[in-house]
Amino acid sequence: MRKLDGVVTKHEQIAEKIFELTIQNENIDASFKPGQFLHLKVGAGMDPLLRRPISICDIDEKTNELKMIYRVEGRGTEVLSKTVYGEKLNVLAPLGNGFPLDEAEQGQTALLVGGGIGVPPLYYVSKELKKRGVNVVHVNGFQTGNSVFYEREFSELGPTFIATVDGTTGTKGFVTDVIEQENLDFDMVFTCGPIPMLKAIEQRYHGKKKVFLSLEQRMGCGIGACFACVCHVQEDPAGASYVKVCSDGPVFPSGEVVL
Amino acid sequence: MNRLAVELPGLKLKNPIMPASGCFGFGKEYANFYDLSVLGAIMVKATTIESRFGNPTPRVAETAAGMLNAIGLQNPGLEKVYSEELPWLEQYDVPIIANIAGSKVEDYVVVAEKISTAPNVHALELNISCPNVKEGGIAFGTVPETAAHVTKEVKKVSSVPVYVKLSPNVTDIVSIAKAVEAAGADGLTMINTLLGMRIDLKSRQPILSNGMGGLSGPAVKPVSIRMIYQVSQEVNIPIIGMGGVTKAEDVIEYFLAGASAVAVGTANFVDPTICPDIIEELPGLLDKMKVGHITELIGGSWKTEWVAQS
Repeated sequence: MRKLDGVVTKHEQIAEKIFELTIQNENIDASFKPGQFLHLKVGAGMDPLLRRPISICDIDEKTNELKMIYRVEGRGTEVLSKTVYGEKLNVLAPLGNGFPLDEAEQGQTALLVGGGIGVPPLYYVSKELKKRGVNVVHVNGFQTGNSVFYEREFSELGPTFIATVDGTTGTKGFVTDVIEQENLDFDMVFTCGPIPMLKAIEQRYHGKKKVFLSLEQRMGCGIGACFACVCHVQEDPAGASYVKVCSDGPVFPSGEVVL
Repeated sequence: MNRLAVELPGLKLKNPIMPASGCFGFGKEYANFYDLSVLGAIMVKATTIESRFGNPTPRVAETAAGMLNAIGLQNPGLEKVYSEELPWLEQYDVPIIANIAGSKVEDYVVVAEKISTAPNVHALELNISCPNVKEGGIAFGTVPETAAHVTKEVKKVSSVPVYVKLSPNVTDIVSIAKAVEAAGADGLTMINTLLGMRIDLKSRQPILSNGMGGLSGPAVKPVSIRMIYQVSQEVNIPIIGMGGVTKAEDVIEYFLAGASAVAVGTANFVDPTICPDIIEELPGLLDKMKVGHITELIGGSWKTEWVAQS
């Protein structure tokens, strides 16, 4: 992990409240793994004060570019959305541990399940799995049709299903409804999204398939020092044992963390 | 001459900059970014007798130029800190200030007695001001008599000098400072966080699971500066100042208020190399201010009449 300035090479809105931001720095390369994240300083002043954790959506090692997708949700991302081409963004990266891609063997099928702003890291996961000869199937869930993004990009890598809560695009309902309705067959699950979604995936497939969950959590430092993002572990649910989402995660095998 | 060297009870500091307790863990995360030996000292995370998980999440909430935290003294417990965390820090040439906490006076005594014997622990920081634990903590630090009592008991067993960390959540901080000085405190560290709260508009509930939390960051600096200005004129023990330091100018301001060293807290979360960056900036700033040694600035806002040079 290091502190570096990324120069903005592209920044555009791709869905309602959803922005795609690309930065470039000579240190951005293939050592940035799918599932890792960066901790981004927004604005130059002291307000907003804390960095914002954002997942890595894609890496282009040839151009030393990193793509991230974020949703404008609060003041920090509002300020970030005003960033323009050529501006420098200070990031700590790459942080955390990525998805264990080695768990998928050539010829196997990986189901990638994303929810809302948990969808972006799965794009990089999918690309890398495909390179290794793993079949990828995507199920991405959104609130509504206007917030759907990257349907085409995912489709280019493998079969892609969309669920929206209000049914405006794809299947009406949740990602789990799609998996069942489509009778999808797979060897393992890589998933990222809101806790209720992760819980539903874990309940259905833990013990039956290999399942890896990437957690979203409020963070302070992003490097393991502040203890803001700790979770209890399932082995000791009420005790002093813990994991930190930022430095032990954000990806955990199912059955490890109390969701 | 090292213009940044400062000598305090138990502490020979090569410079007056140290990460504040709770904002640096036990150093490991920051060692990925720089050599910890460049630091004046390290104030490690509060240690209690038993390991603690702390409060449920959310534990942090951002505020204007600051943050609220209610971590709740999560730590691995005295045995592990003593046998693993502190020995790991011995590879660095840096004195450790061990922050100790508890829910009863006896807890503080047990932790102080043992942890003060660790070879690299050169001083203790008595945490009687944590706002985030229901029992104890701040309860000791807001009443002069209890603050003095716990100070006296810890002084009896500690092998190293004892600094008492004061709470700003009091009406008259000078009376607390004087009480712990009379009880034998070797120094003061101030301030701990200010009690605060944020409420979410959607849920209409406090954001922090604990309800209240401690406010830190640039937002609190003027409060700390004011309190150090008041206390430093009334006590004869040194003060390590903290609260919202993000740059060398802030350090100078703390010295002028009456601090003899400065801790950097929340800023470590924003910028992991903030401490070495400030240390590097300081000599240039002293040049600009035509100051030979940083200690000349201690209490400069009230000690002498300084006439601006035209």
